[in-house]
Amino acid sequence: MTGAQPSNSGRRRFFARAAAAAGLVLAPGVVLLTTKAKAAATGPRWGLLIDLNKCPIDCSECVTACNDENGLKGHGRPLTDAQWIRKVDVRDPASKREWSVPVMCQHCEHPPCVDVCPTGASFQRDDGIVLVDKHICIGCRYCMMACPYKARSFIHEDLTDQKPHAPRGKGTVESCTLCVHRIDAGGQPACVERCQGIATGAMTFGDLNDPDSAIARRVATYATRRIRDDLGLAPGVYYQGL
Amino acid sequence: MNQSIYREVQGWGAGTWALFAGFGLVVLLALLSAWTMEHNGHYVTGMNNQIVWGLPHVFAVFLIVAASGAINVASMASVFGRTPYKPLARLSGLVGAALLIGGLAVLVLDLGRPDRLIVAMTTYNFKSIFAWNIYLYVGFLAVIAVYLWFQMEWRMGRYVAVAGWVAFIWRLVLTTGTGSIFGFLVAREAYDSALMAPLFIAMSFSFGLAVFALVLAVACAGSGRDIGNFIVERFRRLLGIFIAAVLYFAAVRHLTNLYASEHIGVEHFLLLSGGVHTALFWLGQVGVGGVLPLVLLYAPIDIGARMRLLWSSAAVVLGGLAHVYVIIIGGQSYPLSLFPGMEVRSSFHDGAVASYAPSWPEVGLGIGGFAIAGLIVAAGIKALRFLPESLGDRVTDPHYRPPAAVAAE
Amino acid sequence: MAGIRPFLTKVIVVLAMTILAETGVNAEETGVPHPVIAKGKGDQCVADTAFMRRNHMRVLDHQRDDTVHAGERAGKFSLKGCLDCHAVEGTDTRPVSFDSPQHFCRTCHDFAAVQVDCFSCHASRPGEKPTARFRHDGGDLTARLREAVK
Repeated sequence: MTGAQPSNSGRRRFFARAAAAAGLVLAPGVVLLTTKAKAAATGPRWGLLIDLNKCPIDCSECVTACNDENGLKGHGRPLTDAQWIRKVDVRDPASKREWSVPVMCQHCEHPPCVDVCPTGASFQRDDGIVLVDKHICIGCRYCMMACPYKARSFIHEDLTDQKPHAPRGKGTVESCTLCVHRIDAGGQPACVERCQGIATGAMTFGDLNDPDSAIARRVATYATRRIRDDLGLAPGVYYQGL
Repeated sequence: MNQSIYREVQGWGAGTWALFAGFGLVVLLALLSAWTMEHNGHYVTGMNNQIVWGLPHVFAVFLIVAASGAINVASMASVFGRTPYKPLARLSGLVGAALLIGGLAVLVLDLGRPDRLIVAMTTYNFKSIFAWNIYLYVGFLAVIAVYLWFQMEWRMGRYVAVAGWVAFIWRLVLTTGTGSIFGFLVAREAYDSALMAPLFIAMSFSFGLAVFALVLAVACAGSGRDIGNFIVERFRRLLGIFIAAVLYFAAVRHLTNLYASEHIGVEHFLLLSGGVHTALFWLGQVGVGGVLPLVLLYAPIDIGARMRLLWSSAAVVLGGLAHVYVIIIGGQSYPLSLFPGMEVRSSFHDGAVASYAPSWPEVGLGIGGFAIAGLIVAAGIKALRFLPESLGDRVTDPHYRPPAAVAAE
Repeated sequence: MAGIRPFLTKVIVVLAMTILAETGVNAEETGVPHPVIAKGKGDQCVADTAFMRRNHMRVLDHQRDDTVHAGERAGKFSLKGCLDCHAVEGTDTRPVSFDSPQHFCRTCHDFAAVQVDCFSCHASRPGEKPTARFRHDGGDLTARLREAVK
């Protein structure tokens, strides 16, 4: 798709990490302790895997789930209304093949939005989730200029009746939080839950750093790619069948 | 040796009142515009989630770029030892500071949360060029303040050259920082270029001199002070070189982009198929901002050196605004390429060229930046000794001979 | 000068309130007007009243940074916690929002003329209790979800 660079550097890095862990296990003596300490220091890296073969063009359950969960109600103004996740219809003009791709904040390992933010409001948690601290966001929108995925929205008007777990307000920038309030409570994002519950189960959520997790095993097994992998941002969202 | 006598503008004539009242009124309208935007939210503007930076940013960037260029006139005297410019050094510093304050005011009043300015001044992310720019801008004002002090206090006269060097280097770094705001955006095809920094420096030389020439003409005409042909002639030649430099860097930027096939789409958009952006590029940026002033400056037409300089300066300002508009708005209008080579569409306007219609509050806020700068310059020369009593050839031309002596030969 | 007198009165009242709160004198006995503060649920706030009166903004600020940046959500000084206990019911038996002058934050803040910036983003009344939680670390998720939406 992008062609400029092989797009699986993240997977390679993952393999390297897995191989390093295996090596430590095979070594004698202190091995187990070392592995344990290392795992504790690394912590989880939350990610998504979306199997586009199972993602129909007419399904937008993930979008609805996100809007319900986070209280996103449009104002009937498509140019300024916030969208945290959207379905993008992609068509290859050469082969005529079509995909319907759910796109949200890709929770990059090297997020440009975090680099450009003057106040540090745009930040990355230790577990890889990229968030906006709206308490110190001044609404300059430089992060929106920097994001290659058009993942961020600016709040253009006063809001009322926000969800207690999803504060949102005029004059600040926001984007997909990976439902951080659910993850901190041991749950998974609303889009994934809905997709697995009543839709096709195209979405998988989990810890990319845990080699035994379903997502890590699938990423290690199947051909996946990440959007604009050529930019070297190492997103946490993988796509299968793209 | 600089033997100019500097004098504040005397008296309160009708013209002075009108100038202050006019600027004040525009500033009030700008504040009203800003309040409208902040109270209702940005949906009342033309800006949206596609065009996130709009007309206020065009004006702000123009003013900030011109600010760093206006200080060049002082650098000519202090750094490059060109004594004819020395009588203009004080005004140059004042215009530079005023333009910067005007530009920053626009930028700040457009923020989503301008009430959190204190956060921007106290919380920094030093990986961000924006955070660095806050230091560069505030530092620029401090450097100019010291520079002006050294110039106006005779006991500090011997340090003027040092302050001039600091100001000159500072302004180069500042413009590099402003250009880098755009140059660092890897995802936006129209911006991702190291050439943005030198392009912005060339723009600052050109815009800054043009604005300074206009301010000087109004100030001298309004206070009845003469400007000799010598200084006009110097400005004319300099402005020509600066305009040519801007055209050169703009051409190189687009040509290098055309060489990379992945950028041909965005270049095709800006140069051929972009509608209003294409028109603003060719007619505004290149025509009014480049070709027209060069013709006015150099063509053998009989309009006199002063008129050449004034009209070409006005053209450079208008063309410069068009130039910044094409960079900021044009660059955002072209869609981000999430899936290169694919046809893409979504409810979030993926793959679609974004349209932008500036609203009145944005126009009001942007023009207000100019009015704030104008108010500061007017108040400065009215109250303090910025402007020399005369800029006649007797003061500026080192080889000046009185007409009587010339006639006697 | 008409405008300054109510303002001065307010300043004096606030000062007096602070002093009274410190010295433990009952405000009602002195005849000084004071805001009507609704009592929260339960016997006891997360910290003693005098501490909370003076420091609620500081502890909220501090915990908010821990929550947003480090995901620590177990702390006792949470804005949600305040709302859960102190929310005042309106005539429709639903807790009132910050639009109402009866909102527990407003009764005091309006009196002291201190602006509250929290509720331009945060919900100003407690939310409905969340229903089933689905864990990412075990269980037959799909089956349970299918059950839930039936």
